[in-house]
Amino acid sequence: MSSISENREITYAEALHEATVQEMERDSGVFVFGLGVDDPKGMYGSTRDLHTMFSPDRNFDTPLSEDAMTGVAIGAAMAGMRPIHVHQRMDFLLLCMNQLVNCAAKASYVTAGAVAMPIVVRGIIGRSWGQGAQHSQAVHSMFMHVPGLKVVAPTTPHDAKGCMIAAIRDNNPVIFMEHRMLYQLRGFVPTEAYEVPFGKARVLRKGRDVTIVGISHPILDCLRAANSLDAVGISAEVIDPVSLAPLDIDTIADSVSKTGSLLVVDTSWTNCGASAEIVAQIAERFAGDRAVRLRRLGYAPTSCPTTKPLENAFYPDAASIAQAAFGLLHKGEEWRPLATEAKEITEFRGPF
Amino acid sequence: MMDAQDDLVNLYRSLFLIRRVEERIAEIYHTDKIKSPVHLSIGQESVSVGVCAAMRPDDIAFGTYRGHALYLAKGGDLNAMISELYGKAAGCARGKAGSMHLVDMAVGMMPTSAIVATTIPQAVGYAMALKMRGSNQMVAVFFGDGSTEEGVFSESLNFAALKKLPILFVCENNLYAIYSSMKARWPADNLCDRVASYGIPAARIADGDLDAIRTAASAAVTAIRRGNGPQFLECMTYRWHDHVGPGEDLHIGYRTAEELAAWKAKDQVALTGARLAPDVRARVEQAVEDAIDAAFAFAEQDLFPDVAELHDHVFHQ
Repeated sequence: MSSISENREITYAEALHEATVQEMERDSGVFVFGLGVDDPKGMYGSTRDLHTMFSPDRNFDTPLSEDAMTGVAIGAAMAGMRPIHVHQRMDFLLLCMNQLVNCAAKASYVTAGAVAMPIVVRGIIGRSWGQGAQHSQAVHSMFMHVPGLKVVAPTTPHDAKGCMIAAIRDNNPVIFMEHRMLYQLRGFVPTEAYEVPFGKARVLRKGRDVTIVGISHPILDCLRAANSLDAVGISAEVIDPVSLAPLDIDTIADSVSKTGSLLVVDTSWTNCGASAEIVAQIAERFAGDRAVRLRRLGYAPTSCPTTKPLENAFYPDAASIAQAAFGLLHKGEEWRPLATEAKEITEFRGPF
Repeated sequence: MMDAQDDLVNLYRSLFLIRRVEERIAEIYHTDKIKSPVHLSIGQESVSVGVCAAMRPDDIAFGTYRGHALYLAKGGDLNAMISELYGKAAGCARGKAGSMHLVDMAVGMMPTSAIVATTIPQAVGYAMALKMRGSNQMVAVFFGDGSTEEGVFSESLNFAALKKLPILFVCENNLYAIYSSMKARWPADNLCDRVASYGIPAARIADGDLDAIRTAASAAVTAIRRGNGPQFLECMTYRWHDHVGPGEDLHIGYRTAEELAAWKAKDQVALTGARLAPDVRARVEQAVEDAIDAAFAFAEQDLFPDVAELHDHVFHQ
């Protein structure tokens, strides 16, 4: 664990930027590329001015060729570089699936370790403000399915920085899942470089009665829901997995062994998703030994609608999470928690 | 500087080695000791040999699942290749790759891929890394005519031209994607024109001629090392055997005996061998046969990997 060497708060976006700068300073093989990384907005600030701080060939714009650019990252990694490929929306990773799944994931295995594949693929989930069906998706479960890929979804500025540094230093492909609604989140971040190890979940809130696991941005609503649940005497433990592959199922299982109830809230669909995997692993762990109550929440089983009333209904929120947790413990009973505002959502404005 | 005779001997050794390795694979295939698909290069040897002869040993090659010729022409370890085909522990990937993912990093032979066109952008990325580091090495990437129909081919040409990368694109045009004729896939036989529209110099070598391929590749490599950016060669060639497996396939009826015979008449292995003095040729061939015997014997006595190795190398340490 790192120490907080300086008592300062920075945003999630600033933490990503700082991590990247420190690794680019440490290793001349680290470079950043992707559509728009060197534009004035610099990926919500996370890549801003890297091309002037370093050089234009270490932070550069690309043609709209996600498939080939992923191959370029793979080839550069074979040559010993450590590329960071950035995508404004995680939806675009579907254009990279061939290279990531068929090639990057298998590079070490089919060469018996002769080839390392140190690539970081950043995918930003674009939720909110009418992003619609093709700019809001989180496709992490598709990558979690594939041996050879690592998938991380840090939610705090501290973990964003530490996971980014760990991802860059990792000799394997890392799908780095970011959420736009986390970018302005502030938190304590050490100034020095440090790694947040993959495969270690964080218990963000201690509780006795129900375990709530939140993946990516929904962790904020899970914490809000936990506060609502306090009002009806339910003590919720909230866990942030931080990394999804590898997954720290032990920390979740330890919590469930205490609470006997598990609710997993994903920032994607439940079907065959990360929440399904976590619930399945817990069910297998406890099967025959103890009855545990299990529940998943995620996107409605539809494409993401653009219009606000439907978009609101599409996503779980603090109220629906609290209700689901309540329902696990009090089957059939009605309870409507007070609405809790998610300011990062309600205060967000476009145009993009 | 090597004299012309030594040079010819080296070229013939490489051609003959590839031909005979492939024939030996075909001969033993019925024994099922090679329990995976093989895509033989018989008939196409001159492309890999001609281009690799124009490259330096420290240059980098990317290829495809029809990769035996390239692997050997680039200097890949023969014993490691045959053991790999046998699925044995001393294989280049300890049996995890088989024929379709041959690799020998020590000689710049990058892992081949069984998904068409996927190594093209990877080669471009490697070339970009070389340029970023100021290296004067170059990359050659070999792919079939079918690859040029994948979107990533055009994406890769565009990016390589944009960044003036040190890469030679080598299309081994054998006229067929499995059994689909080029005529069923291309509106016009104008690949070089299409490539040239990216500002990449592109030339076709029409007859598989070893010297023509090597001469064109040498000129291309020279231009690449001068920093002029990518070059493209379309090497017409012909696959004598079936798309996959050791057999012949004229009975299927997708191509004619006349077409095959016309290409066999231009067999670069035989034509190059005929340019050597008989005693020199015999010595080269014997040495190759001995090396192949030794490689197959090595693979026969090699052990299969321990079952516990199933889980090794999922992640690189």
